[in-house]
Amino acid sequence: MVAAGIAGYGVYVPRYRIKTSEIASVWGEDGEKLAKGLGVFEKSVPGPDEDVATISVEAARNAIKRGNVNPLDIGAVYVGSESHPYAVKPTGTIVAEAVGCSHDITCADYEFACKAGTAAIQTCMGLVKSGMVKLGLAIGSDTAQGRPGDALEYSAAAGGAAYVIGSENLLATIEETYSFTSDTPDFWRREGEDFPSHGARFTGEPAYFRHVGAGAAGLLKKTGTTIDDYDYFVFHMPNGKFPVAMGRQIGVPKEKLEDSLVVRRIGNTYSGSAMIGLARVLDIAKPGSRIFVVSYGSGAGSDAFSITVEDAIEERRGQVPTVDDYIERKTYVNYSVYAKYRRKIKALS
Amino acid sequence: MMSDRVAIVGAGMSKFGELWDKSLIDITLEAGMYSIFDSGVSGSEIDGLVVGNMSAGRFTGQEHLGAMAVDMGGLGSIPSYSVEAGCASGGAAVRQAYMAIKSGEHDVVLVLGCEKMSDVSQTEAMNTISVAGDWENEGMFGATFPALYAFMARRHMMEYGTTEEHLAKVTVKNHANAAHNQWAQFQRPVPLEVVMRSGLIADPIRVLHSSPVTDGAAGLVLCREDLAKKYTDTPVYVESSEQSSDTLALHNRKSITQMDAVIRSTRSSLKEAKLTINDIDVFELHDSFTIGEIILTEDVGIAKKGEGGKALDEGITEIGGKFPVNTSGGLKARGHPVGATGVAQIVELVLQLRGDAEKRQVDGAEKAMAVNIGGTGATSIVHILGR
Amino acid sequence: MAEQGVAQVWRRIRSVYNIQGNKCETCGTYYFPPRPVCPTCRRKGKLVEHQFKGLGKVYSFAVVRQAPENFKRQLPYVIAEIELDEGARLTGQIVNVDPEDVEIGMRVRACFRKIKEYGSSGLIVYGYKFEPTMKVTGHK
Repeated sequence: MVAAGIAGYGVYVPRYRIKTSEIASVWGEDGEKLAKGLGVFEKSVPGPDEDVATISVEAARNAIKRGNVNPLDIGAVYVGSESHPYAVKPTGTIVAEAVGCSHDITCADYEFACKAGTAAIQTCMGLVKSGMVKLGLAIGSDTAQGRPGDALEYSAAAGGAAYVIGSENLLATIEETYSFTSDTPDFWRREGEDFPSHGARFTGEPAYFRHVGAGAAGLLKKTGTTIDDYDYFVFHMPNGKFPVAMGRQIGVPKEKLEDSLVVRRIGNTYSGSAMIGLARVLDIAKPGSRIFVVSYGSGAGSDAFSITVEDAIEERRGQVPTVDDYIERKTYVNYSVYAKYRRKIKALS
Repeated sequence: MMSDRVAIVGAGMSKFGELWDKSLIDITLEAGMYSIFDSGVSGSEIDGLVVGNMSAGRFTGQEHLGAMAVDMGGLGSIPSYSVEAGCASGGAAVRQAYMAIKSGEHDVVLVLGCEKMSDVSQTEAMNTISVAGDWENEGMFGATFPALYAFMARRHMMEYGTTEEHLAKVTVKNHANAAHNQWAQFQRPVPLEVVMRSGLIADPIRVLHSSPVTDGAAGLVLCREDLAKKYTDTPVYVESSEQSSDTLALHNRKSITQMDAVIRSTRSSLKEAKLTINDIDVFELHDSFTIGEIILTEDVGIAKKGEGGKALDEGITEIGGKFPVNTSGGLKARGHPVGATGVAQIVELVLQLRGDAEKRQVDGAEKAMAVNIGGTGATSIVHILGR
Repeated sequence: MAEQGVAQVWRRIRSVYNIQGNKCETCGTYYFPPRPVCPTCRRKGKLVEHQFKGLGKVYSFAVVRQAPENFKRQLPYVIAEIELDEGARLTGQIVNVDPEDVEIGMRVRACFRKIKEYGSSGLIVYGYKFEPTMKVTGHK
């Protein structure tokens, strides 16, 4: 069994933003109070010509460029999302053509709410470690929709991250991964429905906290490590409060969580959430740093990863935009333009 | 037998406009009748028919217009077909008839240019026009036809200092001319400020810089030189008919502020007619957008490159000017039923050369030139006519 | 399906997703989209596949304010003629920019976007658009 890890990574966040206060003013709520309460001040909005395929391609092209890998060596492509452009027809094949893969690849789309992308990472790890492929491309991206007027409208955002998983010239090694899964109906969307439904407060304790907590505990046990052994923590970010509360619950020092909390400025990018959080840490972490990642997907499950940053990461910086470069490239839209872009106005084709 | 020259003995057109109660064949036959009556030719003497049309299939669902026109017009069993060259379909039809007679294959040919555009919605009409450009590489990506001309306008403004006011002056001149043209779609003058304030379609191109969606048809009867005097005392002769091609996509041209196909075809047409540009008394230059007229004014040789705007400032292309352009109102004010335009240009020039243009008349006009463009300049068809 | 059937879209996927054209080795000219025949050299031409870098500058542009049905949601949008570094020019939208900020000569890079969709149940066509080159922290 060979080592597996991150040979390249990249993200994409659309340029448009809408402020929590702007959405709140439409529904007659107190914007400032809401923003503070949720820990989300503004979220990213995809343009009318963007979708999970376009976001995934941009992120994947960045990942390939940063990793300086040859796309013809990619043997597997998996795209995880809950807003794939087609219900039937994989996003993965569109991405594969657009990044220059050969036809000799295996490919599929994944769905597991917000952890579809990390599930893709695990699959690629397995394929690489077993020698079945040289490189695997795992992508988590979403253009999440919030029901107008619902609490989730403030956080449902768009963005994606791509990871090239390999065994050589790694920017970071993934030593171990652990998952915790159960049938827990906290958040779902039926076929044909425009917007998801959820169990409100049920999405907290029995869902997010139970699974992320168990995922963290399981990983620590499997690796024989403790919280103190890690320099950075990344949890799935449905809002700015849950990951902070999770950290407190398991004794993570506040400053070790700060760098991954992208949700405050771009909202919850669903399948992209933990993966973009991890990317931000990778943008700044020194070689030798250890990163603890736990993603969460409603329905429900968590994927936990123990990662060590390698020397090679430093010479691959400056190749493609960082997470902060994307966060800082922004222009605000008001609610009506947001509604037009997000097709909440049905009349236009 | 081969003919030395080809004569135009009949010219006529339908009114141009939004003709709700007339179908494509109605207006086509109307133009046919007017031009045949005008010519003094009897229907049974016509031995060929060429239709100029760009997109009857998409606008009305009907193709095979050649057969339809012969059938509906009661012209017996003569050969007939349709030719297409984008917005130069009309000019191409005239050229086909000219070559048919010059070669000796035909004696008397009826040319009918026609288009019925108002049976579809405006956006559908826009979509259809845009396929005169490179659909797969321009239109598909959102480059509407006005956007392509906007590329040319913006570049022309950057390279030569052409102004928005120049773009508007073409409209003012052409509408003033069309006020004297009973067949024109728009017969009212338009003030400069109104043009300059009109809505933007694709910056810097505005609604009033752009030729409209129009229904219309125009017809010509062409015949062998030796037959002409039999039909009329005032035949007009085709001194030359030339055509040149360039890349389909605007982005593949060497320069987008000139049309090399126009430069080539006007040069060869003047050479063929043994004339210089100073010998031409009146012009019809294809102005699908006003920047088009400015560029053509330069490319045919009326003004130096880059001085098309200056020519407008100095009134050179007015009816009383040295080189009158678009006395009919041009595409902008006369209207632009795509397939009919190239034929309508020739109809206007025939009237001018006969002295029948009334209030639009250019005194003593003896030689005339029509330039009909396809797409953004991929096709240029030039005819020089003379008394 | 409007102007294009499934096959017509599919044939161009590789070239339109990746800006893949060709180059005539005889005269050194780059072509996008790939040409079947080099117009300059004709039978003497030797055409080979070329992957364009996707970088270029704005040659001319327009801000479209009236557009066909399936472009209405994007209005107003910037459409431009882009001159790629290799010399070939093509036509595409410029996104991620405010129309007032577009200038002839501006540096752009190719990005991957939706071009159109054939209604809510039809095919989605993807392809190239351009965006201003963005800041890359740490890039020398």
